[in-house]
Order: sequence, then C-alpha cells, then structure tokens
Amino acid sequence: MKVGSVVVRLVKGFAMFWWDFLVGDTPEITVAVVVIIGVVALLSEAAHANAVAFVGLPLLAIIALAGSVQRATRAARRKRP
Amino acid sequence: MMSVLIATSVTSGVVVLVGAVFLACAVEMVEALTIVLAVGHTRGWRSAFEGTGVALVALTALVAAFGPALVHVPLSTLRLIVGGVLLIFGMQWLRKAILRSSGLKAKHDEDAIYEETVAELRAAGESPDRDRIAFVMAFKGVFLEGLEVVITVLTLGTSAHRLGLAAIVATIAVVLVGIVGVVVAKQLSSVPENAMKMAVGVLLVSYGTFWTGEGLKVRWPGNDTMLLGLVPIYLVVTWLLVALARRSSPSAHAEALAQ
Repeated sequence: MKVGSVVVRLVKGFAMFWWDFLVGDTPEITVAVVVIIGVVALLSEAAHANAVAFVGLPLLAIIALAGSVQRATRAARRKRP
Repeated sequence: MMSVLIATSVTSGVVVLVGAVFLACAVEMVEALTIVLAVGHTRGWRSAFEGTGVALVALTALVAAFGPALVHVPLSTLRLIVGGVLLIFGMQWLRKAILRSSGLKAKHDEDAIYEETVAELRAAGESPDRDRIAFVMAFKGVFLEGLEVVITVLTLGTSAHRLGLAAIVATIAVVLVGIVGVVVAKQLSSVPENAMKMAVGVLLVSYGTFWTGEGLKVRWPGNDTMLLGLVPIYLVVTWLLVALARRSSPSAHAEALAQ
C-alpha cells in the first residue's frame, strides 16, 4: 500500500512537471506549436511544397510568439487602473 | 568548395549548440545557487550540501537512464520531438524575457528570491543538527533547476549527435557559475539574467525551428548553416516585439500621462 502510494505520487509529480514544463501558463504556445507541426507536415510531406514549408515554419513560429506576447500585453492593459 | 561548405555548417551548428547549452545552464545554475546559498547561510551548510548532493546524484541517474535510451530513437522522430519541445520551451523563455524587458512583467530578482527563501526558512523555527527543511529546500532547488539543464543537454546533444560536447559545456557553465557565485556570495542579482534568458530563448527557438523542419523532412537552404540564418531573424523579431510591448507597459503609460 505504501509503495503504491509512493509510485502514484511519483507518477503524479512527473506528469505535473511535464504539464508545467510544456503548457504552464502559456497553453496558446503549446497549441500553436502542435498546429505548426501539422501544417508544415502537410506542406512538406503531403504537398511536397518544400519552399513554402521552410519559409512557413519560422513565419508561423513568429506569428505564434507575437500572438502570445499580444495576449499578455492585453491582459496587462486590463489590469491597469 | 564542398569541404568548406561542410566545415561551415558543422561550425555553425556547434556554435549555436555551445551558446545555447552554456547560457541555459548558466541561467539555471544562478537560480539553483541562489536557493542553496540562502539555505546554507540561514540553516547551516551541512543540510544544504546534503540536499545538493542527493539532487545531483538523482540528476546523474536520470541522465544515465535516459541518455543512452534516446540514442536508440529514430533520428527523424527524435528531431521532431526535440524540435517541438525546444520551440515550446524557447518561445516560453522568449515571451517572458520580452515582457520583462518591456516592463510588463517584474524582472527576476535574485536578491528578492534570496530574501524570500531566507524569510521562509527563518519562519520554520530553530534548525536542528539534521535539518529536514533545509535538506528538502536545497534538494528541490537544485533538482528542479537541474532537470531543465538535463532536458536542454539531452535534447540538444542527442539531436545534434554531440551529447558529449553538450555535457562538457554544461559542466563548464555549472562549475564557472558555481565558482563565481561562491566568490560574490549574495551578489548574484548583478548577473544580467534577463538578457541571458533572451539570448537562450532566441537560440532555443532557432534550434527548435531547425530540428522541427529536419524531423518533417524540410530541406533547408544551406543545410546546417541555416541555423545561423535563423538566429538574426528571431533577434530582430524579439527586438520589434520588445519595442511594441513597451508602448503598452505601465511605465510608458505613466510617462505619457506625465507629459
């Protein structure tokens, strides 16, 4: 019983660490990266559009970063008295 | 001509790898050291060192368990996973550094963290010979910050096939910050942590973009040399985002009202 609860705590802690590490307070970044991978996979492997894929990958990353910063900026503006 | 191109691409990959691993490990080491110094000064060095030692053993065991296993994962799968993780991790760091630079988020203050940790430890009461609280605090500080170092070294090192180099660079960064930290003791706040975090963010996002592309079979122009092309692109974007975010910061708003 004791060993079982220690294992559950360890697994919970491990899962929590990865959740905090990959999602934390910026779920929009995680979602954006999953979308980026999907779009680039379609462009590169299905459509064989290599040029669009290598331009699109950093471009989508920049849009995702700008969107996340914009979200934080709006939140800060709302907090301002 | 071909050999020059190969040499350039290998060198650019190594430069970005060394820079990213060194800066990331240095930043994490500053954070871990702040906690260990606070524990040692407040509740004695014995438990602080014991907690640090056990955390280092646990981290070494993790590297020994997962390091060789990662080598057996197919390279394109490994690069896609690593690329995705680095993109997420790098963008989180970059976002935080941009918000701190623009004044929208408070800067990471090592002095404040030191004082907070000291106050928390003092509130726990007298420190016995075998101090459980100090041990746990030092262990948690070193293990959690060290885990980020381990992930950075393992992901960057294995996907670039340079795990040994990544481990050596990480060790140098940790030892160097450790020595400097012990010499300057409580003055870790003078380390330009946000600038370092921003540089690491740019390098991690560049690496993340590159490896994600490699994992998805994107053929980069100039192969590995493209890594050096991605770094200035993300630097300019970061600079622009800082400038744009500054316009919305409370300090900029206060200045505008004062005029």
